[in-house]
Amino acid sequence: MRFKHLFVTTAAVLAAGAANAQMSDGVIKIGVMNDQSGLYADVSGPGGTWAAKKAVEDYGAAAKGMKVEVVFADHQNKPDIGSNVVRQWLDVDKVDVVVDVPTSSVALAVNQIVKEKNKVFLVSGAATADLTGPACTPNTVHWTYDTWALANGTGKAIVQTGGKSWFFLTADYAFGHALERDTKAVVEANGGKVVGAVRHPFPGTDFSSFLLQAQGSKAQIIALANAGGDTINSIKQAAEFGIVEGGQKLAGMLMFDTDIHALGLKTAQGLNFTTAWYWDANDNNRAFAKDFSAANGGKYPTMVHAGIYSSVIHYLKAVEALKSDADGAKVVAKMKEMPSEDKLFGKGSVRVDGRHIHDMYLVEVKKPGDSKKPWDYMTVKKTIPAAEAFRPLAEGKCPLVKS
Amino acid sequence: MFELLGIAPQALFGQLLLGLINGAFYAMLSLGLAVIFGLLNVINFTHGAQYMMGAFVAWMLLEWVGVPYWGALVLVPIIVGAFGVLLEKVFLKRLYHLDHLYGLLLTFGLALMIEGVFRKQFGSSGLPYANPLPGGTRLDFMFLPNYRAWVVVASLVICFGTWFLIERTKLGSYLRAAVERPDLVQAFGINVPRMITLTYGFGVGLAALAGVLAAPIYSVNPLMGSNLIIIVFAVVVIGGMGSIMGAIVTGFGLGVIEGLTKVFYPEASNTVIFIIMAIVLMLKPAGLFGTPK
Repeated sequence: MRFKHLFVTTAAVLAAGAANAQMSDGVIKIGVMNDQSGLYADVSGPGGTWAAKKAVEDYGAAAKGMKVEVVFADHQNKPDIGSNVVRQWLDVDKVDVVVDVPTSSVALAVNQIVKEKNKVFLVSGAATADLTGPACTPNTVHWTYDTWALANGTGKAIVQTGGKSWFFLTADYAFGHALERDTKAVVEANGGKVVGAVRHPFPGTDFSSFLLQAQGSKAQIIALANAGGDTINSIKQAAEFGIVEGGQKLAGMLMFDTDIHALGLKTAQGLNFTTAWYWDANDNNRAFAKDFSAANGGKYPTMVHAGIYSSVIHYLKAVEALKSDADGAKVVAKMKEMPSEDKLFGKGSVRVDGRHIHDMYLVEVKKPGDSKKPWDYMTVKKTIPAAEAFRPLAEGKCPLVKS
Repeated sequence: MFELLGIAPQALFGQLLLGLINGAFYAMLSLGLAVIFGLLNVINFTHGAQYMMGAFVAWMLLEWVGVPYWGALVLVPIIVGAFGVLLEKVFLKRLYHLDHLYGLLLTFGLALMIEGVFRKQFGSSGLPYANPLPGGTRLDFMFLPNYRAWVVVASLVICFGTWFLIERTKLGSYLRAAVERPDLVQAFGINVPRMITLTYGFGVGLAALAGVLAAPIYSVNPLMGSNLIIIVFAVVVIGGMGSIMGAIVTGFGLGVIEGLTKVFYPEASNTVIFIIMAIVLMLKPAGLFGTPK
């Protein structure tokens, strides 16, 4: 039960020296928009705002004489609300770059508005690979992950270890459809087949009916093409209905640390999924997680938070190099031209279609006995090298790619 | 879809049973709402939040104090019910002489605040709560988890008990009389304000009990109440505002209808209840079991 209250708050003004004359209105204004209160709030939410501010701080914007401000808003996972916020931001509040925007349906709407106004859109939370496919624009960079990468990582690994027949439990909106489509393609390309699918309303609460249909399909793999609270409830209820005991396997196509935390290792153990970033992978990540946790009530960061951090750093680099944030398309062109590097995502690059390229990881959820510390939930089973992790440029149908 | 129709008398039974299980939650929640509306004339929008508090208090009792599920089943309705009594004493009782709208706004505001506090404290992904009755029975047509069977039985007992209490006992008759003519009942030496307060506490306790029952099935999540409350309101409206039997029968009935929609046209399963609500309101504005005032 949420109303169209919009909580736009000016969050932090990192004041510094004299205003830089080349910047539009003298300030680089970053607008973080995501689900601040609903089923995706732990995936990015208020932590996403924190990550953007942290990036500004670590970049040393103040010391470089750049005046950067971070604002945030709640789109409640609704495209109409998201569009209104972004129009207000770009037209009235002089926001220069929109960041994060999970929920693919909202991201696709924002994608068009940002292009129309020639600003910049850095996507971390949204999944649909269409953002760098048919819907790609010269103003959008898709940073963290996408449905193709998830399908490619998890789908391929499962088919290759014998999971040949699949049934989809799909969230009924842009994201679920894209994830189902991309996974289906990978499954079929690797010799598996899809025996059925059911689309559940988004967001849902009770999945038992759909799970029973999945059970009845006799598919070896029940793929969950949903996210956040929907995935958590699906897995929890699948355990209750003895689906895994009955010999079928679950594949969470998109999962986050926070989902594992909510499920508990006892229920989640053994799940395989693909992620762009894991907090316990190296010292830099652990340090980031420590700061994050201290500032966010003990929660740990997800790949979306890391992606926000990393994309904001690269954006600031491009703006610094151009000495201007006025022309969104020019800033994004600069981001594509410069290699990216930061402490969380390491070295990478942004392709012409706006896709940021980096390694992805296939991880497995630990058994309860193997977890040695808080949020110690995953083992990295395989690194998927950057060159293979994302959809080949030519296959995306992005109009920016000249064939 | 035809394939389902073709092969599936068995699968259909399974779905009917699942619908009944969901209906059990609708029935219990709408029952509490109906009791509160019927006897207090307050539209209790905090009901969803109180249901959520029920699940959270059960979780706290387990994690912090070590009280297992069965203990929580008894303790939680008392704890959350007491919270309800406090709300009634401090806020609600000031609104009885005003329009319904004031009660609605107050309880809605309180619901948002309570949810906000829980979200701030526990995040939005939810917390795990172990199933106290793992395993299940393999029936001919489906695998019936023991816990869900228990939910249906418990809910039927609670619903029938409440109906009996209000419609068939002396205490119930006092309550109903106090709604019609509080002054007269007071004149017979019955403390009407206290009775009203306790009724609200009882309604809230019912919501909390439903929350405890839900904790092992759904993730214990600050949003779990707001996801459900709209449907539950629709159930109450369809059944007839304030009608106890109406709430029970429509709760179970709509659970089953929704369950069937999930098989034949899953995309509509979120809306089917509201379509029914619109039709019922057109044909019988007072609801299926309501009497026009």
